[in-house]
Amino acid sequence: MKVKRRYLALKVDSEESFGSKELMNALWQAFLKLFGEYGASKSGLALIDHNREKEILIVRVAHKEVEKARAAVATITRIESKPVAVHVVSVSGTLKALKEKLKI
Amino acid sequence: MKRIFADLHLKPSLGDMEHAKRMISRASELGYSLIAMPLPPSSYKNYAVQLHSLCKEQGLDFASRLDLKPKTAGELIRFLRKFRRSFEIIAVVCSSKAVARQAAKDRRVDFLNFTEVDFHRRFFDKAEAELASKSLAALEIDMKPLITLEGPERVRLLSALRREVDTAKDFHVPIVVSSGAKEEMNMRKPLELAALTTLFDLDKPSAIDAVSKNPLAIVKRNREKLSPEFIAPGIRLIRRGKNCH
Repeated sequence: MKVKRRYLALKVDSEESFGSKELMNALWQAFLKLFGEYGASKSGLALIDHNREKEILIVRVAHKEVEKARAAVATITRIESKPVAVHVVSVSGTLKALKEKLKI
Repeated sequence: MKRIFADLHLKPSLGDMEHAKRMISRASELGYSLIAMPLPPSSYKNYAVQLHSLCKEQGLDFASRLDLKPKTAGELIRFLRKFRRSFEIIAVVCSSKAVARQAAKDRRVDFLNFTEVDFHRRFFDKAEAELASKSLAALEIDMKPLITLEGPERVRLLSALRREVDTAKDFHVPIVVSSGAKEEMNMRKPLELAALTTLFDLDKPSAIDAVSKNPLAIVKRNREKLSPEFIAPGIRLIRRGKNCH
């Protein structure tokens, strides 16, 4: 059966700039802390794109896990000891539609 | 119809208006239409005027709020008598069972707020919920501790919140979700706050209502009550003067 996915655009709000690796690490950590390894394994979380200029991170998650992803993203308060807030800017069923919405 | 969202518990340092301005601007960016901040009772009028105008610049609606932290039930009654008609929202931080019970049964109280993480110090049980349901008080849940705590402390908080939300639903006590943020970094979008409530098993429609319909209804009700035309629930002055036949 085909797994439905959703693409999330995340905006990183911080005075510092972070690489994709640090951001994905923070996302995975947030998922693991909130939902454990079992919950995180169902998330289907994957990095799709990182626009460093606009500080937008595009990730993919399983469509049933969007609310969990929102919750996990909301609990990120620090990356490498630097204060951050990460917000979900947009959610879409296709990457093309998401990029059109974001105009990137 | 587009949903209107409210965060009725932003706590900037009011001594620094620039800080308050930044938080107001962030609230607007995050998609809120109505915000409230607790004001000091001694000089609330000055702050209310300034904050109203800052919010207006950002296209936001501002509601004045007072957070009461009484030590006894008697003190709460005195505070309510003194301040109720000066603020659009009155929240009571329930630090003892006696205060929690008095706050729950007093119709002048809008929000019951339990700030303690330790579940022994949280008093929202069935008796509290029954009283609150009769007096129309809402259970306010601040999300800041949920965002900032980690490990066993967050686990204990989630467990307490799950029990409280369950009790509130059983007795039809409205739930209001606020950020409780002192800094911009702790502010979250309304849908993010709603998503966080799923961690303590609040269903999605109720979660959305907790950041939109419920807080808006409380502010609307209180504004009607505070208006000079209000006489009693259901009775409103519609005309005065000589042509009043």
